[in-house]
Amino acid sequence: MSRIPGLKTRRNAELGLLAFAMVIVAVFGATVEANKYESLQSSFWVPAALLSILFLGLHIVVRIVAPYADPVLLPTVALINGIGVAFLRRIDIADAINDKLPPPGIFSGTGGRQLAWTLISLILAAGLLLVVRDHKNISKYAYTLGLTGIVLMMIPAVLPASLSEVNGAKLWIKIGGFSIQPGEFAKIMLVTFFAYYLVRKREVLSLASKRFLGVDFPRGRDLGPVITVWLFSLLVLVFEKDLGTALLYFGLFVVTLYVATERSSWLIIGLLLFFGGVYVAYLLGASVGGPFANFYDRADVWLNPFDDDQYNRVGGSFQLVQGLLGLGTGGLFGTGPGAGSPLFVPEVRNDFIFAGLGEEIGLFGLSALLVCYLLIVVRGMRAAIGVRDSFGKLVAGGLSFTLGLQVFVILGGITGLIPLTGQTTPFLSSGGSSLMANWLLVAMLMRISNAARGPATSGGGIGGVERPAGPKKAPTQLHGAMTEVIKP
Amino acid sequence: MPEFVLTVARFGFLILLWIFVFTVVGVIRRDLFAGGRSKSIVASPRGVGGTVLPGRPAKVKRGKAARQMVVTAGQLAGTRITLGEVPITIGRAEDSTLVITDDFASARHARLVPREGQWFVEDLGSTNGTYLDRGKVSGPTPVPLGVPIRIGRTSLELRP
Repeated sequence: MSRIPGLKTRRNAELGLLAFAMVIVAVFGATVEANKYESLQSSFWVPAALLSILFLGLHIVVRIVAPYADPVLLPTVALINGIGVAFLRRIDIADAINDKLPPPGIFSGTGGRQLAWTLISLILAAGLLLVVRDHKNISKYAYTLGLTGIVLMMIPAVLPASLSEVNGAKLWIKIGGFSIQPGEFAKIMLVTFFAYYLVRKREVLSLASKRFLGVDFPRGRDLGPVITVWLFSLLVLVFEKDLGTALLYFGLFVVTLYVATERSSWLIIGLLLFFGGVYVAYLLGASVGGPFANFYDRADVWLNPFDDDQYNRVGGSFQLVQGLLGLGTGGLFGTGPGAGSPLFVPEVRNDFIFAGLGEEIGLFGLSALLVCYLLIVVRGMRAAIGVRDSFGKLVAGGLSFTLGLQVFVILGGITGLIPLTGQTTPFLSSGGSSLMANWLLVAMLMRISNAARGPATSGGGIGGVERPAGPKKAPTQLHGAMTEVIKP
Repeated sequence: MPEFVLTVARFGFLILLWIFVFTVVGVIRRDLFAGGRSKSIVASPRGVGGTVLPGRPAKVKRGKAARQMVVTAGQLAGTRITLGEVPITIGRAEDSTLVITDDFASARHARLVPREGQWFVEDLGSTNGTYLDRGKVSGPTPVPLGVPIRIGRTSLELRP
């Protein structure tokens, strides 16, 4: 791609921000060691330096293949990822001190494993940027991706519990000592498929409508797809026993539908359907039990966390309450990195990482991290506004919304706003699937933002060859070619 | 480690975190204003944009060069394309530069071609035609700044 003078790539800003983010990660690591060991270890800077090298690698790939990509995405994600690695290492250090062991090595423990996962994720992200040079090409594989997504999503539900269940939620595939969470990848594939499907159907879904109470509602027969996805996500709720995943799938469909049709009625219908379905599941869980019992339990934990029986029960509210107490101990400014006691919370490496982190960096620090998430989502939405084709708009909008919704679901669970579910905190929790899938998501957003911010690339009619007159059939007629409806 | 150093590290980390956030916001802010080189984002009145009136092509070259194309109406309203050296194709076909989903647009509807610093609009034999301001485009026509090009329900114009 030839550079146009006057059009800034902003890659140097990205590099500067990236260096800044890595300094923050190094400061976090140093403070942890100062608190834990009374003095700095000689190697306190090594994890941050290794991370810097990894992110620098991705930065160079971006410079070459996506020079106009958004300069903010990579550094903010790198900051969150880096703090995740540093915090996991901090827990390893606490474990080592408890067991009276020497300081853990750079590549050992969960922190070391997370570092390795970061390397693999960045390779995947770079690979996506290298292979997919134009996001529109992905629409050719939309049906394949959609099918794969559904299969990936359903596998844990049909597997026996011994191979798929962790803490009551069946979201995993466990083979030997190795486990992956296929739903993390499924969500990206499903967003792509929904975007493709809705670009084709948007006219029908947005035009034929009945007006009721000042809002345009779609016709009954056009409700088909939304009902299907709703049933599907309720099945996920019942068989995978996880509210968060169900909310994630259904939410991303409804929002993509809303973005495609500009109809707020879809949001109303979606929210009513979802909360209605969840309430019925709750009632069934209370009376019938069976597959609904797990959801009823979770809801009960959420409603009465401080109940004595609930607190002492196995699988009860112990963890939630410890997380809340941790956040409370942290207060406004936290105890300082390394000075808290996150080991009270059993799952502090995964679901509860925000609670452990919140104890040490306080509300002040947590809100900075939340603003970083917000900035990532906002830049994704900006890419969606800027990009010049409907498919790209829906994919970028859907992906960034998914990321935001996932942060909401897990944070809402930890703080007791909604029933707790087994979602990972994107880029922060330990675990390979989540990290890989979310880095792929960011790579996709960078690819789309590159298309949105870059100079216009010429399409069909270049090379001095005149196209023959008359409406010509394009090789792939994607955009609205199916519909005959005309707006009044 | 003395207590003092730990306290400095604890608050220093939080302050660094927020400085990072504000630096990022600063980059985004500079980014916003880098796109709109023209001081006024508001569209100039029809036909008088950029001190150039249609029908006086001689003066066009002396006017400011078009740097971006802005979609002012239609489904893609708000989209900006930074203009380079390559032609821009507009139509429903997926490989167009600007893909418009509009039943009044043809698959390959029109294109914008730069020639010696001036952009020309050219209709590619579309069914419903391309309009520059109010006149139908038949051959390659120079496009002054701020004059709307209409394709179906979409309007675009060139901005400095």
